[in-house]
Amino acid sequence: MKTMPYDEIDKRILRFMQGDIPLDARPFRELSEELGLSEAEVVSRIELLREQGVIRRISAILRHQKAGYKVNAMTAWQVDQARADDIGAILAGFVQVSHCYLRQVPSDFGFNLFAMVHAHDEEELSRLIEDMSNRTGVNNYSVFRSIKEYKKVSMEYF
Amino acid sequence: MDYELSVLDRKILNLLQKDFPLSEQPFAAMAAELNIVEEDLLKHIADMKKAGIIRRIGAIIESRAIGFYSTLCACRVENSRADEVAAIINRQTGVTHNYLRDQEYNLWFTLSCENEQKARGIIAELEASTGVPILSMPTERVYKIKVALDMGENNAI
Repeated sequence: MKTMPYDEIDKRILRFMQGDIPLDARPFRELSEELGLSEAEVVSRIELLREQGVIRRISAILRHQKAGYKVNAMTAWQVDQARADDIGAILAGFVQVSHCYLRQVPSDFGFNLFAMVHAHDEEELSRLIEDMSNRTGVNNYSVFRSIKEYKKVSMEYF
Repeated sequence: MDYELSVLDRKILNLLQKDFPLSEQPFAAMAAELNIVEEDLLKHIADMKKAGIIRRIGAIIESRAIGFYSTLCACRVENSRADEVAAIINRQTGVTHNYLRDQEYNLWFTLSCENEQKARGIIAELEASTGVPILSMPTERVYKIKVALDMGENNAI
């Protein structure tokens, strides 16, 4: 992926946006005053960063568990490099899959395609994984349930 | 105490997980879409934040667009040492997720930083300070990154 240029003002805007947007009728007012810009200018800068792909998306980020998705697991699949894109597309098509990545892994580990899945209960999880295996034809996989969350934060880039 | 999500809360959560309507008064635009007044929307959001359902509302930055390197790391740790090793790993600011999982490789964390060389340095440092070998599995291809959850619109969770 090409690296996008951004200036010092963009950096301050990104620092603001990587945090929590204030619950205020005019959430960008204070930031625009600090930057000496109008709110409209700040908004269009954010829009541009989104169009350029520096901002992937702007939205609420929920806590899965508190939102009713009690069973969260990482599934890891052993796939041939040649079939990775096809299988990746199938797994990405499941609504219960939030993230799906192909990774470079050591050969003795083997599982190279990862999909994070979210279910309401164990039964839903088992059915889902069976379905994922049937639809992809991949039988060599492992399910890593989370036992304990030690850290979950958003990255602070700036 | 568990917060009971109302039908309106669920509609708000579904809307908030879509693209944020960028404007000078974004919450007014969202309230209009939901046919409620802005003050009510802000109050419901504030309540769901307090209850811990909403972590934050903001931007997800595309790490690769700003040249960042990211990798998923795994290690095998004795259960009795898991908390201690996790705490050492968590001190790194580039570590954003860290979970204990139910397999032989039981401690899994993500690491993001400016470049691959720096990541290698951090991993070597962590191996030295924890005494545990770390597998690093950098991202090769991304098929999906989507964190929206379907909240439905009824009360039954």
